[in-house]
Amino acid sequence: MLQADESPARPAVLTQNPYQPHMARIVRVYKMVPDNYLFTVRFLDDALAMRFSYRPGQFVMLSVPGVGEAPISISSSPSRPGVLEMCVRRVGRLTNALYRLKTNDVVGVRGPYGNGFPTEQMAGRDLLIAAGGLGMAPLRSLVWYALDNREKFSRIVLMYGARNPGEMLFREELVSLVDRSDMTCLLTVDADPTGTWTNHIGLLPTMFDHATLDPPRTYAAVCGPPAVYKYILERLVELGFSKNRILMSLERRMKCGVGKCGHCSVGYKYTCLHGPIFTYWDAINLPEMI
Amino acid sequence: MKILKLPKEKLDFFAVVVQQFGEVHAPVEQDGQYAFKRLSRWSEARLDYHRTILPPKKYFLPPCEVLFRYRPAVGYQPETEGLDDRLVLFGVHACDIYALNILDQVFAGPYPDPYYQARRRNIAIIGIECQPDERCFCRSMRAGFVHHGFDLFFYDIGDYYLTMVGTARGDDMVLATGPLFQSVTDADIDEYKRRSASRHLAFTLGVEIRDLSEIVEMEYHARIWDELGERCLSCGSCSMVCPTCYCYDVNDDVALGSRAGRRSRTWDSCLFAQHALVAGGHNFRSSRASRIKFRYYHKQRGFVEEYGRPSCVGCGRCIAACPVHIDITEVINQLRGVPHVTGG
Repeated sequence: MLQADESPARPAVLTQNPYQPHMARIVRVYKMVPDNYLFTVRFLDDALAMRFSYRPGQFVMLSVPGVGEAPISISSSPSRPGVLEMCVRRVGRLTNALYRLKTNDVVGVRGPYGNGFPTEQMAGRDLLIAAGGLGMAPLRSLVWYALDNREKFSRIVLMYGARNPGEMLFREELVSLVDRSDMTCLLTVDADPTGTWTNHIGLLPTMFDHATLDPPRTYAAVCGPPAVYKYILERLVELGFSKNRILMSLERRMKCGVGKCGHCSVGYKYTCLHGPIFTYWDAINLPEMI
Repeated sequence: MKILKLPKEKLDFFAVVVQQFGEVHAPVEQDGQYAFKRLSRWSEARLDYHRTILPPKKYFLPPCEVLFRYRPAVGYQPETEGLDDRLVLFGVHACDIYALNILDQVFAGPYPDPYYQARRRNIAIIGIECQPDERCFCRSMRAGFVHHGFDLFFYDIGDYYLTMVGTARGDDMVLATGPLFQSVTDADIDEYKRRSASRHLAFTLGVEIRDLSEIVEMEYHARIWDELGERCLSCGSCSMVCPTCYCYDVNDDVALGSRAGRRSRTWDSCLFAQHALVAGGHNFRSSRASRIKFRYYHKQRGFVEEYGRPSCVGCGRCIAACPVHIDITEVINQLRGVPHVTGG
């Protein structure tokens, strides 16, 4: 690199800047559950809006002008291009600022980043998608990707547990999946104070009693709070899932998204480059991963 | 590689000529320590320094750097100011050049960092050989010599500097001085070898890095990390002075009464309490012990996995900077279960 003494005609910071946010318009704010809104954005640049492709499980760096930038997983599916959907919990400085924005306000988006789910390897296999609580946010992309490419996968089982119906993300659309004959959609709540819940009541692991699984030919995608990992991962191993076919999406502090700033480093991997999708084997081998 | 020699008495003249390649910065003395600074006159330069407080990384990854300026209706505009400045860093030691070569790898990869790379392109480096002091252990980190990453490198061979010409720009510097540089003789090479052998023996500090990453892995639950956590103040001094530490934080700020702002990055440290803190309050490394362990694990184990070598060059700055006298060589020797290693 020292050899290139002459400056390029247009410096790379202007033309090939990995930190460059692209401006996008908020086209919809859907108040899914309290403190968990679904933001739909579309790049101002039409060509970019249509060109922007990604894998289920990838994330973007979302900028709120004047406030900062944070990693947000993509909840929409690449099979439905044009807009990006992000399920954002109001939890920190940036997301609080995002919640103050309205339809037609502008944010910055760059990405997509991370490895995403290995959809080529998963093709032809059965899929088990197991989510607890907010873990549905990154897995919803995989759900729709699999359903929109239904012929690519064999059996599809979705298990999703929330504390109560009011906290279930994407509740209406997931309830509409229960009747589909080409998949098994098991929705459960720990308790139903509303008395109107017509699906399962019980903890997420009890859904294994209702699912027919063929572990040697299945990829499991798991995301949720620590309790989900604690009770689901070992259960899957007991059922005969290889640790390499148990995939999980992890969260870390990130400032760059591209393997430079150092914050998301776990053991010898960067969550932003080598993750956020890791296998259970990775998680066991890397210190402090879960 | 083109190899020449420069008579030592011509160094002053060379330093004047080299100004046409950029503003010359070199180590100057400052309260008994040394720092790379812009020279107001050549006589300020102290080429016999042992180590500067901050490594030359400050020129390539500045402690605070504006990345973008934001204006409503325009969006984020990359900051270009300063990226094209031509500088000549005069008198950089081999370990510090080695560290820049390590940073080159970090700031390349699938997402090259255009800010770092622009500065690296535009800042010339003239390296100079040094003699180890009691805190130098670059020899044992295999970073006591550097094969690339400089424009020119000077080895002291008595009345001359044996000069390795590393780049076309380095060659231009040589050519710009006219007939100042001379060809080397067999006797010069012999003198170089003699001095190199004696420098090799001058190291009093060292570590053994063979299978260190395996040992760090095996000792992951060792008591030593808790003991270090008790001592460590989480001040981050070791990261700031480290020539290979590159963690940075990114912050936006807005001018009062305006909607325009800027996004800048500043040096960060994995020892700072919030380094692994995520929104919602969970901290993946909330204890000091876990953070200092992470620093060692990342440099001596993680980096080996990713880049094939530890991200430590043995410059000794962290030993000098630590307010509670945590000494990386002692930590490594303790992990290995061996006493003090001389030279490595």
